[in-house]
Amino acid sequence: MASERSDGHVPLAVKILIAGGFGVGKTTLVSAVSEIRPLQTEEVLTNAGIGIDDVHGVEGKRTTTVAMDFGRISINQDIVLYLFGTPGQDRFWFLWDELALGALGAVVLADTRRLNDCFPSVDYFERRSTPFLVAVNCFDGVQKHSATQIAKALDLDPDVPVVLCDARDRRSIKDVLIALVEHVMTLKQVAA
Amino acid sequence: MTERGHDWLDSDAGPVVRPYAVTGGRAKPAVGAFDLVAFVVSRADPGEPNLLPEQRAILARTSEPVSVAELASHLDLALGVVRVLLGDLLQQRLIEMYEPEYDQSVGPLRPDDRILKAVVNGLRAL
Repeated sequence: MASERSDGHVPLAVKILIAGGFGVGKTTLVSAVSEIRPLQTEEVLTNAGIGIDDVHGVEGKRTTTVAMDFGRISINQDIVLYLFGTPGQDRFWFLWDELALGALGAVVLADTRRLNDCFPSVDYFERRSTPFLVAVNCFDGVQKHSATQIAKALDLDPDVPVVLCDARDRRSIKDVLIALVEHVMTLKQVAA
Repeated sequence: MTERGHDWLDSDAGPVVRPYAVTGGRAKPAVGAFDLVAFVVSRADPGEPNLLPEQRAILARTSEPVSVAELASHLDLALGVVRVLLGDLLQQRLIEMYEPEYDQSVGPLRPDDRILKAVVNGLRAL
């Protein structure tokens, strides 16, 4: 099997996960910075929804499709950054596991009106020791809570950055991603 | 698969063929790992005999390196299905795979500092 990089043309792929509750703006965030229209990759699950999905009336349905949105940013000729939006429903954790493997880190997108929605993501990355930051999506440009208040409400470790952003704004999301990568570099220095 | 020959079905109706029919019901690839961000490069002509249309489509799409996730998305096939098809192509040496760096004991490696710095610089330059 060819696993060595035999020529210079195959780039190195780096993954960042975009997590957060349903409807918080994950796809918007990916669209804001991706050089391609966000794509979707689907996985078909067999029996995964049994006892959870209401199949009343469609008893013949035995498969569920999970879609993951993703986007791409070419960093340079050698490095391609992929942003993967995690599937919203909790029962697709096993897909998160695959997404989180080898990931550089994660952005947990939060909406202060529904802060609870991002608890499962925060828990997940804490448990897996995946570096992450919380990006608060300020939809209307109004910052109702300070980053400190949000960190406290989410009971975050003091070293987890909380940043404010606008998921629609390319520059803002660029800054979020830079903050995440810098956070990962800081963690490495502490660990070393 | 993406042909629009029927008035009574559109893409919203979903595939007419059950997803794993293409793979003969196999859910796991014969060989290979196929990470979402592993790159696929074809080393054969799509006209190669005895291939499924889906496998020809893979070869046609991968004259330049394409990630597994992008490939699945472009072909509009489930990820698991694409992995099985890639496994067969790999076994027949019709494609080359470039998987992310992997350590047997640790698993996939997170990017090192040199890469992280390059990513920050690249993002700043966007």
